Amino acid sequence: MSHVDLQHISKNFPGVKALDDISFDVKDGEFYVLLGPTGAGKTTTLRVIAGLEHQDAGSILFDGEVIDNLTPSDRDVALVFQQYSLYPTMSVYDNLAFPLRSPLRRTSAEEIQKKVEETAEKLRISHLLKRKTAHLSGGEMQRVSIGRAIVRSPRIFLMDEPLSNLDAKLREALRVELQHLQKTQGSTTLFVTHDQIEALTMADRIAVLNEGRIIQVGTPENIYDQPASTFVAQLVGSPRINLYKSRREDNTVSISESDVHLPGPLGSKLPSDFLVGIRPENVKPDPNGKFTGQLVLAEPLGVETILHIQSGQRTLLSLVPGISSYRLGDVVKFNIASEHIHYFGLNGNRLQP
Amino acid sequence: MASFEETGPRTPVVEPTRVDKVHPRAKWGKSIRVILTVIVTFIMIIPVLVMIMTAFKSRANIVTPPPKVLFHPTLEGFLYLFTDRSVLSPSNLEAERANPGDLNYWQKLALSVGQKINGPSDYVGRLKNSVIIAGTSTVLSVILGLFAAYAFSRFKIAGKDDLLFFILSTRMLPGVVVTIPLFLLYKQLGWNDTHIGMVILYTVFNLSFSVWLLKGFIDEIPIEYEEAALVDGYTRLQAFFRIVLPQAVNGIAATTVFCLIFAWNEYAFALMLTSEKARTAPPSIATMLGSGGLEWSAIAAGSLGFLIPVAIVTFVLRDYLLRGVTFGAVRK
Amino acid sequence: MSTIELRQVEKKFGDLHAVKPLDLTIQDGEFIVLLGPSGCGKTTTLRMISGLETVSGGTIWLNGRNVTWLHPSERDIAFVFQFYALYPHLTAWKNIAFPLQAQGESRETVEKRVDEVVKLLQIEHVLKAHPGQLSGGDQQRVALARALVRRPAAFLMDEPLGALDADFRESMRSEIKRLHVLQHATTVYVTHDQIEAMAMGDRIVVMSEAAIQQIGTPAEVYNDPSNLFVARFIGSPGMNLITGEYADGVVQMAGLDNRYAVPQEWQSVLKKRLDSGSEIVIGFRPESAQINDRGELVGKVYASEMQGSSAVLHLTINENEIIHIRTDRLIPYPIDTLVHFDINPQMIRFFDAKTEAAFKPEVSQ
Repeated sequence: MSHVDLQHISKNFPGVKALDDISFDVKDGEFYVLLGPTGAGKTTTLRVIAGLEHQDAGSILFDGEVIDNLTPSDRDVALVFQQYSLYPTMSVYDNLAFPLRSPLRRTSAEEIQKKVEETAEKLRISHLLKRKTAHLSGGEMQRVSIGRAIVRSPRIFLMDEPLSNLDAKLREALRVELQHLQKTQGSTTLFVTHDQIEALTMADRIAVLNEGRIIQVGTPENIYDQPASTFVAQLVGSPRINLYKSRREDNTVSISESDVHLPGPLGSKLPSDFLVGIRPENVKPDPNGKFTGQLVLAEPLGVETILHIQSGQRTLLSLVPGISSYRLGDVVKFNIASEHIHYFGLNGNRLQP
Repeated sequence: MASFEETGPRTPVVEPTRVDKVHPRAKWGKSIRVILTVIVTFIMIIPVLVMIMTAFKSRANIVTPPPKVLFHPTLEGFLYLFTDRSVLSPSNLEAERANPGDLNYWQKLALSVGQKINGPSDYVGRLKNSVIIAGTSTVLSVILGLFAAYAFSRFKIAGKDDLLFFILSTRMLPGVVVTIPLFLLYKQLGWNDTHIGMVILYTVFNLSFSVWLLKGFIDEIPIEYEEAALVDGYTRLQAFFRIVLPQAVNGIAATTVFCLIFAWNEYAFALMLTSEKARTAPPSIATMLGSGGLEWSAIAAGSLGFLIPVAIVTFVLRDYLLRGVTFGAVRK
Repeated sequence: MSTIELRQVEKKFGDLHAVKPLDLTIQDGEFIVLLGPSGCGKTTTLRMISGLETVSGGTIWLNGRNVTWLHPSERDIAFVFQFYALYPHLTAWKNIAFPLQAQGESRETVEKRVDEVVKLLQIEHVLKAHPGQLSGGDQQRVALARALVRRPAAFLMDEPLGALDADFRESMRSEIKRLHVLQHATTVYVTHDQIEAMAMGDRIVVMSEAAIQQIGTPAEVYNDPSNLFVARFIGSPGMNLITGEYADGVVQMAGLDNRYAVPQEWQSVLKKRLDSGSEIVIGFRPESAQINDRGELVGKVYASEMQGSSAVLHLTINENEIIHIRTDRLIPYPIDTLVHFDINPQMIRFFDAKTEAAFKPEVSQ
């Protein structure tokens, strides 16, 4: 296993700056997630680490050694793609054995068989070994892809949105298994995704990426509780954070175009116009609530319900446990937990109140 | 009368299809299309049918008008094609007829048209030349084309688009235009009437086609497969053989068939650039002479015989061809 | 009035039974969701309603009219595809106007209706662009506008959000539902994502293996799933289902020697329906379990997922079964720790292990 260090990596493609001075490090045995929207530079980062692309500036270090000049095969990394990972003309067994059969490795046939069978067991695909990959379901295919990466015990796993093409239920199940596998194996993993739930549930640390730049690095709790900007705040958390333009009136925060005024105390550093962020779980309907609104939409998810409450011209999202009994058009009284309010400047950056 | 809208089709529908496609009116349209297709196909096949019939007709049946559809079939054409004969003078003819001795079928046939077999004709040798030249050039153009196509598909090459267009442009030229310069060139090189000269010529002509076709197929193979192999420790060449090649089989089959058809049927260059040693079958067949002009039944028999190997190859590979022809049509 | 009725509608492809004979009545103005995993028959059913697919048996009625064999264009429905199906050579405006122009409407009507729909979906700013220049979300809005502009009797939507990024899906989901609340048009919506189904559906038709498993409101399929499939499929994660042996009011589970005492309300039902020693499945939702040092049941930590404001703890009960419990996310649990928990007796459910059907509690007098 390995400690991976990216220092000031930049990569340009004709017309677009894919990576702009990116630096981060992945500790040995860590599950590190790169989170960002499509086009943020996540896949490019993985490809540069794997050696399939060469960076224009900066260095990559494995365990303190610069590896920029090594070919992909010498870097000892494993890459799991979103699709097209499995060789369609080979059986599952041969797919798993393929990395071990490379001339570079010179593994004996018994050694190969042992490793393949071990890996198949870990991923619960032992019963599929003889099957041709064309006859596998989506979830089974991804398991085999992950197996092919594991079978070599590389120093780092690079995973490029491997769960994106799977059905919702399959994704849930594989998430849990991947996490368990990674924790029990202690494998250093760099996982890339646009799905914030995958990032929150699996990561030891997350780096939020946008337009080729790292916006914030932290544990899932950090990113969720202390988003460094409105971009991060809106990216992470489902349902989306409520974000409104507000102004300072005496010592209260007044959300524009609504009837919501939040009490202070407000620090002197807060400008007169700013943005306020309130996570839906902190908007709490209460029969004795201070604020009033009208229910314009209810989305019952089962374990919780998303209520769309209209106050003035604004709609606030509120997350309540269970299946709510509010009906469309009902008047809803609610409170806002003021200790969990986020403040951002109009430029999007986090402010201390 | 209950309309279709009320009762639906009389037999249950088993394949995926839209409602309006099983409407009786739609069915009529389908029948008409089928009938038209059969008629057009038949019209297009007529020359081939005539050829097949001619191969089995006697000289008299061929030349006397009107053209006969019903006739007494004979293997004369094949006799003329495969054997070298001499016409017997009337007196010799009488003598042979009077004293038949032990003759096999062909000798008897020759006798019945007043000729005697001297030995096999050049045709078999010409057929062999066709096989050697067409086969070798096809193999070469497919192999070379495969590597070139891979390079064009996967690597960054300066002026790639221009190079590809240049390669394509060689096919825009009708071959006959360059026959004379080629003839002179070959004379200088001493390649006139040689196998190697023809093989190289056909290979070059087919190369443009095979590069373009194969590049289309290789483009369709996701590059992630090779990248995964590179990361796993394989060299590019190994990745090519183990991963790209197995997936390119359809394309290779389709390309092989097309190259083979061109080289096999090629007439103009063969006629101009060969005479005896390296002459292939097509010019031989076309110039078969008999006592009264062109020996039509021999020509037809030769054409028929010549057609059959390619027909068999195409039939055997038809699944690959179908997949291949449509697959390469959508380019990225 | 636009009710849709499916009577014994089925579809066979040769020997493959893609949709087993089903009956479904969709009320006027209802937003009904056909939900199920890939291959369950939901899309085929939708396509049969639209006429893009023929039926192998049964009849389809729209507003009391037998439309089973009518041309798709004569059924007065609009279809929204997953991949937008916009005409790439026309501008957004022309795409939206197309259905009306095809019907021969006057210029004023076309302009007026397109205007209405554009305002509703807030896409004024994309009208002059071609679909290729628009983002996925905008393209889907244009596709929706094109469907809305005709004011058909019913909308049929085939996983319209499937091609969008995760965060976009959330906002488009509530947009579509808001539209429905305003327009009140009968809508049949197909998806494999149960979160979408729960959030949007007035009723959900849960399908699996070509057959309907349950039809009900979100509350009904969530709280009272009629069989194991529905229990597992609805909810993320789905309901925890543990197999055990029932005997004398107690369920014995394999593995970590868990014994569960059946709550009072269920005792008589189970006693009546089950012999001692027969297999039974216990079901409970992740939020109905409470971690408690003196809890009745125990599991070993397999993984833990931070999900934002809460967390989900995954425990193994035995070799084959993993259960999920919702917790506060403040407490970290290392792998293989033993965790004790209780189940809220109001939220426990029981299923027959053989038939997979849910047991219904006795209605108390």
